[in-house]
Amino acid sequence: MKSTLMLSMSALLLVLSSLFSLVIGEVSFSLADVPSILSDPSSMEHGILTHIRIPRTMLAMAIGGSLSLCGVILQGIYRNPLVEPYTLGISGGAAVGVTLAIVTGLALKGIPLSFFGFAGALVTIFLVYSLSIRNNRMSTGKMLLIGVMISFISSSVVMLLMSLTNAEQLHGIIFWTMGSLNETDNTIVFTLLGVSVVMLGVTILFAVPLNAMRLGETKARHLGINTSVIIRILFIITSLMTGSCIAVAGIIGFVGLIMPHFSRLIIGTDYRVLLPSAFLNGAIFLIWCDILARIIISPNELPIGVITGIFGGITFIIILSSRRVKPRLA
Amino acid sequence: MSDNFLEIKNVTCGYPGGFTLNSLNLNLQKGAFAGIIGRNGSGKTTLFKCITGDIKLNAGSVKLDGTSLSGLTLKERARRIATVPQFVETGQITVREHVLMGRVPWLRRFSFSYNKTDNETAEKFINLTGLTKLSDKPLTAISGGELQLSAIASALTQEPSLLLLDEPTAHLDIHYQAMIMDMLYRLNRAEKLTVLMIIHDLNLAGEYCDYLALMKDGKICADGTPEEVLSSRNIRNAFGADVLITPHPVTGRPVILRNPGNGPEQQTINDSKPGSVKLSHHGN
Repeated sequence: MKSTLMLSMSALLLVLSSLFSLVIGEVSFSLADVPSILSDPSSMEHGILTHIRIPRTMLAMAIGGSLSLCGVILQGIYRNPLVEPYTLGISGGAAVGVTLAIVTGLALKGIPLSFFGFAGALVTIFLVYSLSIRNNRMSTGKMLLIGVMISFISSSVVMLLMSLTNAEQLHGIIFWTMGSLNETDNTIVFTLLGVSVVMLGVTILFAVPLNAMRLGETKARHLGINTSVIIRILFIITSLMTGSCIAVAGIIGFVGLIMPHFSRLIIGTDYRVLLPSAFLNGAIFLIWCDILARIIISPNELPIGVITGIFGGITFIIILSSRRVKPRLA
Repeated sequence: MSDNFLEIKNVTCGYPGGFTLNSLNLNLQKGAFAGIIGRNGSGKTTLFKCITGDIKLNAGSVKLDGTSLSGLTLKERARRIATVPQFVETGQITVREHVLMGRVPWLRRFSFSYNKTDNETAEKFINLTGLTKLSDKPLTAISGGELQLSAIASALTQEPSLLLLDEPTAHLDIHYQAMIMDMLYRLNRAEKLTVLMIIHDLNLAGEYCDYLALMKDGKICADGTPEEVLSSRNIRNAFGADVLITPHPVTGRPVILRNPGNGPEQQTINDSKPGSVKLSHHGN
């Protein structure tokens, strides 16, 4: 089977990319040394590996995979190729939360910024969800517009707050918005990875309804799919996942938009294989973006959002134009 | 009558502030081959939506085989009623995948794969609709007529007891029109599949349907056999169009011809003289 082969290749590539990501950087070592480094807690390499490289790689995997998975689901339920996890305004809400925390000084009181990001995301999710339900039915078109509007409002609010603040706080806000995989708390990293893998499993349970929705919401309903319930469940799952990703790593754009399209190009539109494929490809993509961010101006580091945008965007345009393919949803 | 297969009773429904159906009644026997005709905006599609449950009824009831449809889950409904939409969505899915979609209502919850019965049923209707050679092609690579056939095969794979088709022959050439209607008619006779279609081509409606319901302003203004419904009076009333009705030279079914003249006095065709149609005023 072609799709099984593609999935296995993606999985293999993910393993290889992760291993590569562990050994390359400002200090590089060979893969063969990894076991001995791990068994020697006193060495500097041990510290780099366990406190920097492993959490970073795991985080890239969790966030790349989650954002790509959320993107593929949202594009499916909205039947719109331009939707990505951030279209729903969740990133804007999170940014407002973080900015408010920095400006008001709440962030200095020992509460991590991610907490405020997540709170901001939750408020937005609640707003978008409740504003787009009418007569107990969720209007996807309306939801999309409300999300886009909330994004605009949020970015204006963030700019307003930035104009009122001092240079030091400004730097903090900008740094957060650019996104970063520097999360040294291993508990957070492994929790996020665990949750994202579980959520991949949960969303695969909705593969058949998602497949049916390729023929339109009405047709899916005529095939016995309770589309309004399915859309609500998937909206809540994807927005909470997106919110968690933003809370931990800030805004890392593009993964959730282009990796779904890339996955459809290589594996087709059957969600039973498309969902795991999008997850794996998103994870691989972000791991490589992180590797590039680390090595291009080593020993300094580029913001990962810069790499995903420039590198990802250009690569995608090249693929799209060279294969003469249209981005397809169904 | 209580032995009606589809029983639509006093149905009132509609969109807020917009179009409504008004105490509509419609009864179909099991195995009927029925057509709904009427002008655009007369409520045909709204009536379909009442049957599929896409809009809520404000009053009245829709029963299928004695069961009230409002009490059924979407899945239970989908095991009884299949639809062929007017515009079939295309995509990169193959004809086989498309047809297999009809098995979705029969899958167990959270089930991933189609079993042997599912595949056999799909295969049967792929062959029946003549799509065997195209079954591995994506929907984007087949013609409009083939796409319509694929949608019908998918609906049949659903193994419904009532098949609803929204203008199944619109946009199709005369070959596909006849092929699709013949196929539906054969299935209707052989499998006792009850067929209800919205149809704009009055001649096809007259040729194939054994029951017609003519709609105007959210109500059924005439119903019965094609001979009863397709009268020039009914058609003038419902469509505001001036037509001549003449029996088909071979089948004897009513054939509708647009009257190029304007006055109703020019309608001189006598229904009692089949085959002796004179259209002397034609072609000026």
